[in-house]
Amino acid sequence: MSESDATNARVSTLTQIGIITKYNFLNYFRARRFYVMLAIVLIISLLLTVAVAYYQPFEFVGGTALGFYGAGWGSFASFVVILSTAFFGGDAISSEFQNRTGYFLVPNPIRRSAIYIGKWLAALIASSIILGAFALIMIGNGLYYFPGTIPWGFVESLAFAWLYLIAALSLAFAFSSLFKSSSISILMSVILLLFVFSVVDTVSSIVIGIEPWYSITYGAGIVTNILMDPFPAHMTTTKVGPRFTFTSFNATVPEGLAILLAYFVIMAVLGLWLFEKKEFTS
Amino acid sequence: MTKKFGSFTAVSDLNLKIQGTKCVGFLGPNGAGKTTTMKMFTGLISTSSGNALINGVDVKKDKKAALASCATLIETPEIYPALTPKEAMSMLCEIRGVPKSERNKRIDEALAQVKMQEWETKKVGSFSKGMKQRVNVASTLLSDPEVIILDEPSTGLDPRGMSEVRDIVKSLGNRLVFMSSHLLAEVTEVCQEVALIDHGKLLVYDTIENVTSKFAGKGNAVEVRFARDVDQAVSGRLGSIAGVQSVTKLNERQVRIKYDSSVTSQQSLFEQVAGLKVGALSLDAASGLEEAYLSLIKETL
Repeated sequence: MSESDATNARVSTLTQIGIITKYNFLNYFRARRFYVMLAIVLIISLLLTVAVAYYQPFEFVGGTALGFYGAGWGSFASFVVILSTAFFGGDAISSEFQNRTGYFLVPNPIRRSAIYIGKWLAALIASSIILGAFALIMIGNGLYYFPGTIPWGFVESLAFAWLYLIAALSLAFAFSSLFKSSSISILMSVILLLFVFSVVDTVSSIVIGIEPWYSITYGAGIVTNILMDPFPAHMTTTKVGPRFTFTSFNATVPEGLAILLAYFVIMAVLGLWLFEKKEFTS
Repeated sequence: MTKKFGSFTAVSDLNLKIQGTKCVGFLGPNGAGKTTTMKMFTGLISTSSGNALINGVDVKKDKKAALASCATLIETPEIYPALTPKEAMSMLCEIRGVPKSERNKRIDEALAQVKMQEWETKKVGSFSKGMKQRVNVASTLLSDPEVIILDEPSTGLDPRGMSEVRDIVKSLGNRLVFMSSHLLAEVTEVCQEVALIDHGKLLVYDTIENVTSKFAGKGNAVEVRFARDVDQAVSGRLGSIAGVQSVTKLNERQVRIKYDSSVTSQQSLFEQVAGLKVGALSLDAASGLEEAYLSLIKETL
């Protein structure tokens, strides 16, 4: 190795975050899982397009563009968010331990927080592309059946879905920092977001009668509810028989936004702290 | 510094100061605490007590500043599989602030040193363990570091790869290299000093010459290989060389010769063995360190 002709410059943490984002996104973009996820979204979109074209269910959706987007985008946006989160965030940190890539990256003049944030941003970009692809196909369908109309409710729903993606990725990264096994951290993210939170929402509101304000999926309900006209009531009590009453809750928009933002912040801090503390032991 | 994992103490009050430009071999049996020590120096794990300092900067308090002029290779790292060696090394160059105008040159030189230049645009995911380790070794050379920490750098390499790594380490003369290895011949060849650790405690830190003379019994030893079988007559002639204390037959064509510790005697021995014209092929001087190693480790059991 020849002597260097120039001395190395000090690199700011912000610049290092950008470097980690760039190369992690490159790694995501070339990996099979990116194209598997894209294929899943394309299949969902294709099935929806074919089903709408064949059955023409416009009466079912109220004959409005908002109802149309509610049935298509509203039904699957959260599912796409959860799947993208699991694919790109589920093992983002745990793989650094299990696959030993952390041994290449961590022993360098770079803070662990820069690695964590850079990886999170790369996962967000990859997931946003997937969510964006789904949104574009839905918009294409919507414009075909309702020319010149993109309801404001859909734009809001898209923004809420993106915020849900941000919060869910934050949660997945925190779990990814907790475990050293990639498969366990991915599985935990999927089980939590797809089943556990939904069950907790139902049990909390219907059985116990407490609003599940602590649940991310409850907050994410605004992604679908904003596409309903009118927006669902915050609390609905239904009497079943002479003795039982069931209560159901829907997060209001400010409440939903607050829950999602709180998840993003709390899980980001928790995940970062876990990653900072975690040791690379064999 | 000390490192505890629960009730198990992996490194116990290790106090080791290395300075200057030289290669220091870090030796010890499996589980002695070598890798744990190196991980504490690179921020992969933190100390339970005490400090790991590089150029006076505490790694635990400011890893970014401590590792600014230090390159590391700990165990056998994996590189993001979808990246090419050139991309992975570019990432490190950018993180380390290697000037843009220098990056390609340095990457090309480093890859050439480990004979990986023709693979620079192939994805790392398709590489063998040895090829990945070559890229890892090359990565330590990128930023022209003052300090290089190498944890068993020959792991996973074929004999040619091992030899090339030894040549690379030997060429890093103007740096401080701290290298762990189980290959005592490798350490003898490339290092000037050794630190020996066992059960998390430092046993000795000194020059190889001093460690060998102090702990390798009453004298040094060499292993000599011959082109033909060693008979009684040859053994007798070897034993009659001045300074030789004993000749032990290791196999039909190899003997271990113990001799007194002066350098003059070693030179004389080499010349006299060759002068006997009994078919001596090679003389391996590693056994002195091996004897010292075995003597020290045995004493701690």
